[in-house]
Amino acid sequence: MANKPESGQRIDKATGTPTVGHEWDGIEELDTPMPRWWLWTFYLSILFAVVYMVLYPAWPMLEKGTAGVLGWTSRGQLAEEISVADQARTTINEQLARTPLERLPQDSALMQQAVAGGRAAFLVNCVQCHGSGAAGSPGYPNLNDDDWLWGGDLKAIEYTLTHGIRQHGDDMTRFSQMPPFDGVFEENQLDAVIDHVLSLSSDAKPSAVGAQLYADNCAVCHGPNGLGDRALGAPNLADAIWLYGGTRAEIQRQILAPRNGMMPKWEGRLNPVTIKMLAAYVHSLGGGENFVEVAKDPAVQVDEQP
Amino acid sequence: MEAALGRAGLWFLILFLAILAIIGAKDAAFAAHATIIALAAFVMIWVTAARYDPLARAQGMFHMPTDPSRYDDDPVRWGVIATMFWGMVGMLAGVFIALQLAYPALNFEPYLNFGRVRPLHTSAVIFAFGGNALIATSFYVVQRTCRARLAFPSLARFVFWGYQLFIVLAASGYLLGVTQSREYAEPEWYVDIWLTIVWVSYGAVFIGTIIRRHEPHIYVANWFYLAFIITVAMLHLVNNLAMPVSLLGSRSYSAFAGVQDALTQWWYGHNAVGFFLTAGFLAMMYYFVPKQAERPIYSYRLSIIHFWSLIFLYIWAGPHHLHYTALPDWAQTLGMVFSVMLWMPSWGGMINGLMTLNGAWDKVRTDPIIRMMVMALAFYGMSTFEGPVLSIKAVNSLSHYTDWTIGHVHSGALGWNGLITFACVYYLVPRLWKRERMFSLRMINWHFWLATIGIVFYAASMWVAGITQGLMWREYGPDGYLVNSFVDTVAALHPMFIMRAFGGGLYLLGGAIMTYNIWMTLKGRIREEAPMSQPEYDPVKDRPIIATPAQVPAE
Repeated sequence: MANKPESGQRIDKATGTPTVGHEWDGIEELDTPMPRWWLWTFYLSILFAVVYMVLYPAWPMLEKGTAGVLGWTSRGQLAEEISVADQARTTINEQLARTPLERLPQDSALMQQAVAGGRAAFLVNCVQCHGSGAAGSPGYPNLNDDDWLWGGDLKAIEYTLTHGIRQHGDDMTRFSQMPPFDGVFEENQLDAVIDHVLSLSSDAKPSAVGAQLYADNCAVCHGPNGLGDRALGAPNLADAIWLYGGTRAEIQRQILAPRNGMMPKWEGRLNPVTIKMLAAYVHSLGGGENFVEVAKDPAVQVDEQP
Repeated sequence: MEAALGRAGLWFLILFLAILAIIGAKDAAFAAHATIIALAAFVMIWVTAARYDPLARAQGMFHMPTDPSRYDDDPVRWGVIATMFWGMVGMLAGVFIALQLAYPALNFEPYLNFGRVRPLHTSAVIFAFGGNALIATSFYVVQRTCRARLAFPSLARFVFWGYQLFIVLAASGYLLGVTQSREYAEPEWYVDIWLTIVWVSYGAVFIGTIIRRHEPHIYVANWFYLAFIITVAMLHLVNNLAMPVSLLGSRSYSAFAGVQDALTQWWYGHNAVGFFLTAGFLAMMYYFVPKQAERPIYSYRLSIIHFWSLIFLYIWAGPHHLHYTALPDWAQTLGMVFSVMLWMPSWGGMINGLMTLNGAWDKVRTDPIIRMMVMALAFYGMSTFEGPVLSIKAVNSLSHYTDWTIGHVHSGALGWNGLITFACVYYLVPRLWKRERMFSLRMINWHFWLATIGIVFYAASMWVAGITQGLMWREYGPDGYLVNSFVDTVAALHPMFIMRAFGGGLYLLGGAIMTYNIWMTLKGRIREEAPMSQPEYDPVKDRPIIATPAQVPAE
């Protein structure tokens, strides 16, 4: 290798190393041997590679690759890690599966576990709409307050989670539809209705015309005093909490062309224990209600004898 | 005259075909691209007919020397200007998308959203800035180390202008939403075909010049350039195999599917790093470092061994981008072990570069260009160590999909590719424009420090961000459940994203100073400034000691 003496060979003064003898545009090359540490580290990395390839799956064959002495596979590792994690949670999961939701609040340790698990599931599945703090955003309900569209006790929450809201293909889904009032009201009538709706939750000047129109058109779902109806998911209009916004323009939009929000059903996508834990978590956020209101909602039945 | 008429006819034909393409286009973006080609053809007809020479005017604008040089340096000069122009475009796009990540309100739909500007940034800095630098320096280096003029002068000019057309088509396509969704290979099929033509011409010019050399041996820089040109051609061809939906539309389907498609893409993506950003830039290093340091290359033997081991090992390392995916375990293993073996061959280049300074280390203190080269090699060594570490599966399971990857890429791209390119351009500009030196050496020093501090901000913030992200994603509470949602991790990274944008801003500022410095050099100015190093000189002390008998002070 380049050790044949050539005409241009000389000893470089600064380093005392001979040059190889070539020269290109003034650039010469020294004949320095490769640094030993470099060479040996290179050999070591090759050795590491060979050993690793013996231990782990490495060589492609006709059907599949070599398995490696250790018998390791990435699928196997995953299955093992999941089973370890599952085992750690088996007791809790079994307990949760056995305990009916209405009995859960009595077992505070189990409740705590359920809330923790529900929080983890919430962070993965629910934050996209309800926000990481469950505070919601326009069109997506805030789960921290005590204003519930379809009921806020554990059972009602679990029901909503299981069957979703306005989900096609599920007969038991929460369903209602606010009709569009576009073309029903004259412009001044519309203003009067909005005046009335605003007066329900604030000091805004009430409107007698609006009150009459409200009683004729809206009270059937939202109630005579605007307190809403959970059986229909009709929002309470008498509080200051607005799903689609509380300005005149936003209220007008909702009256003329109502949006009927949907929520996915989680039955089939999450197992019943996870849904139970999610219900516990959402219930724990601050607005959870006791079972007092159960009777008002015929769809939710308390299991009297768990 | 007849030749001119023939040329005009050819351009007219292209214009005609482009107009047909506009009319028959299946989508608006394809029509836009055909319009760009039609405009270019129209300008060429006008130029041919009016005997108006825009090139000469443009050369005047950039103060290019008109007397024929001994080497064919005209394409090199254009390449240097294109390098700087696209470099500034690409870095500006980079700072912009860094700010978008920190402040999402900056996503201006649809043309300037992150998804479209991000490939604009990556392609502009890698292929437009880096590519022009590689083409320009390769034309410069191959002539000098072969002691021969470029083999096909007109083809060399076609390579340069054809490459610019490729860049314009690619960049405008990104903003219009044309993409085949392959990272670093986003341009659609017709742009790929055009690049193939340009690239084969490039190879012909380069190899032709080597064949016509007047030196017995081929210099090591040319081995690296050759490896870069040939391998990139192969990568480009295989990864872009696709079937167009229509010959008049900007859409196609890949020839591969599923995990094969992913592996082809990362075989390409990884070797774009290996042969474009490593081999090509090592070629630049192998010529410009010994020239600037005026020292011989440290070790000829090391250059042979590290060249061949680098070339052989790099091509297998791509699967490490697909750890813990549907890719079979054996392929993941091979990707990892080849990456680990790649560590020393990569470092061979760093050793040969740094040790070339043996006997000239004092220049690091006095010569800001040498300082830049040394810092580039240091970052090269750092990122080629980090690469094998990240390829180890246990590390990768933490780092993958996090900003650690972004930090790694940028310590390589900003530190190695950026700094070595700046150093080479600073070396080239005074020589190409026949100036005594750069307008200002002190500005080079400013550029050096701004760039270095910018990289430190960038890389450090992304390391912290990446590890934070990786740890938060896998954090389980004592109850056995995940603790953080994705958006929690995004919120946690916000300060890091701001720091990254700040670091990128410093780097861009350095680029702006360089642009000014080059522009002034082109105009033939030399800044009056204190030299970079000036040993202290005290004229009072500059006298022999003469034993004077105890003198009474004058007072």
